[in-house]
Amino acid sequence: MTQKTGRGGGWNLVGELAITFVGLLAATFLIGRIMPIDPVVAAGGADLSTAQHARLAAELGLDQPLVVQFGQFVLRLLQLDFGRSFLTGNPVSADIARVFPATVELATLGMLIGSCIGIPAGILAAVMRGTAVDAVLRFVTLIGYSMPVFWKGLMLMLLFYVMLGWAEGPGRQGIAFEGQVPQITHLLLIDCLLQGDWDAMRDAWGHLVLPAVSLGYGAGAYLARMTRSFMLEQLSQEYMITASVKGASMTRMVLHHALPNCGVQLITTLALTYGLLLEGAVLTETVFAWPGLGQYMTKAMFNADMNAVIGGTFVIGTVFVILNQLSDLAYRRLDPRAR
Amino acid sequence: MTRLSHWLLSPTPASQRQARLGRIAFAALDFAASPAALAGLLIVVLLLVVAAFAPLLATHDPNAQSLMTMLQAPSRSHWFGTDELGRDIYSRVVHGARITLSIVLLVAVIAAPIGLAVGCAAGFLGGTVDRVLMRLTDVALAFPRLVLALAFVAALRPSLQNAVIAIAITAWPPYARLARAETLVIRRSDYVAAAWLAGARPWRIIWRQIVPLCLPSLLVRVTLDMAGVILIAAGLGFLGLGAQPPTPEWGAMLSNGRDFLLDAWWVATLPGAAIFITSLGFNLLGDGLRDALDPRRQS
Repeated sequence: MTQKTGRGGGWNLVGELAITFVGLLAATFLIGRIMPIDPVVAAGGADLSTAQHARLAAELGLDQPLVVQFGQFVLRLLQLDFGRSFLTGNPVSADIARVFPATVELATLGMLIGSCIGIPAGILAAVMRGTAVDAVLRFVTLIGYSMPVFWKGLMLMLLFYVMLGWAEGPGRQGIAFEGQVPQITHLLLIDCLLQGDWDAMRDAWGHLVLPAVSLGYGAGAYLARMTRSFMLEQLSQEYMITASVKGASMTRMVLHHALPNCGVQLITTLALTYGLLLEGAVLTETVFAWPGLGQYMTKAMFNADMNAVIGGTFVIGTVFVILNQLSDLAYRRLDPRAR
Repeated sequence: MTRLSHWLLSPTPASQRQARLGRIAFAALDFAASPAALAGLLIVVLLLVVAAFAPLLATHDPNAQSLMTMLQAPSRSHWFGTDELGRDIYSRVVHGARITLSIVLLVAVIAAPIGLAVGCAAGFLGGTVDRVLMRLTDVALAFPRLVLALAFVAALRPSLQNAVIAIAITAWPPYARLARAETLVIRRSDYVAAAWLAGARPWRIIWRQIVPLCLPSLLVRVTLDMAGVILIAAGLGFLGLGAQPPTPEWGAMLSNGRDFLLDAWWVATLPGAAIFITSLGFNLLGDGLRDALDPRRQS
């Protein structure tokens, strides 16, 4: 996925990023255009007179040639002007600024859980290759990426919220705590921490843990699989034999020799995983009524609120594209073999 | 039987045909030696059987509503229980296999030829064509698949066809890359040179010489991707952007059951299990195929 045909170099990468970005803009533009509904009717309502219709069309720039429209679209998007959401009545950019931190918080915690479990599991599986431990880990990771993330979420909720009552239910905060913690970073856990409000913190954690675990399991499974194959590649290298002949212990060989050599590949995989987590958050948020970008977009989709859909797609797409290309850059810069 | 296996597994094949069949036999033995791969094959075959004979296997009409039997727990008359409209969940899951299978097949039928055409053309024609097509592929590879598919479906109006189209147009780039890599190797072979010399036009060479040889590795790759396609399709269904009610699509059924999670766990749980097992089956099958066909892994 990350190997590219180009030959490295910073400028080359800037060019590639620019081209990919233009591609993303074109795709988003296209999505706004393939709507079977007349965009003028969508914006102004069904009962417009012909004159009103024409005026509104001109106002929206719809009487211009398509290329000009695309140019205007790009200019607006670059200024983060996505138009107004019909649903909330606010500018879409303000809405996204409000909901996106919740998604980032969820995806980041999912990422932390996934990497803390996935990477060690992958190393262990590689070192114990062919043993029962490897087989069990393989089975557990296989389940992790075969399960639909929304089902995982529902089952966790059924078990830990409905049956055991260990975790909090849907949403981001209990009603009692709503609006209590001043929003500084908009990342609830950190805001609670800054305030030293431990009760609110415990409540926020209780709400966050299930969605984060359901995302983290999938991410961990993917990371474990990748880490295992990177490690196996290193473990079969000749320098490992040299190290073992010199009497290095297994732990030392793995942690000092093999692992650093996987570093670049691991960073690349981590960046890609984070992008995938942002995507997965769209589904998870729906299950847990988590007030993030995913839920915002899904609501918008059902109400044909295309400005909000396009804005959200653009934001997630941009983060995704940048992560993708950055991991590529890291790969080329840090791995001498790729130069 | 022994003569046949002897002939197939001979280390010194006498003809090209024997060598090729021998390779397949070795791969099949490798595949059969792995219980995980066989389990995957079993699950996929089961899916095919259930989809083919859904009307015979179902115990009820999947869309027959009955307010008398609302939200009943699994029992002898309703193996998987009933949903909020009294429909038999087992019968709906069985019929849902048809939907899932048709999504998977349609995506493969749309996305694989696009990737094949782009990859073969880029690899064979080279030069500017190659650069433009591969740049396009790289760009498409860097997109978030699920979110883009969601937005496409939202713009086109939610329906099963639109979900299939949206998944397919985000699925082709890896196939293009694969087909290009294969083409670059095949292009240099003698029989392609011979076809050139015989005066064949480029498109004819691509169609007659190159495409047939790209197909096997492409098929393996498509199988590997099927698990992902099932999950994305179920995700679209779950969000209400796939098949519309009352179609018994697994993702949509699961989403329905969310509202009754507290007192009727089976409504959401069992269709989800169907998605999980199917995706697991394709993952196992794909892994097994890849291991068996990987030339670097010779036992």
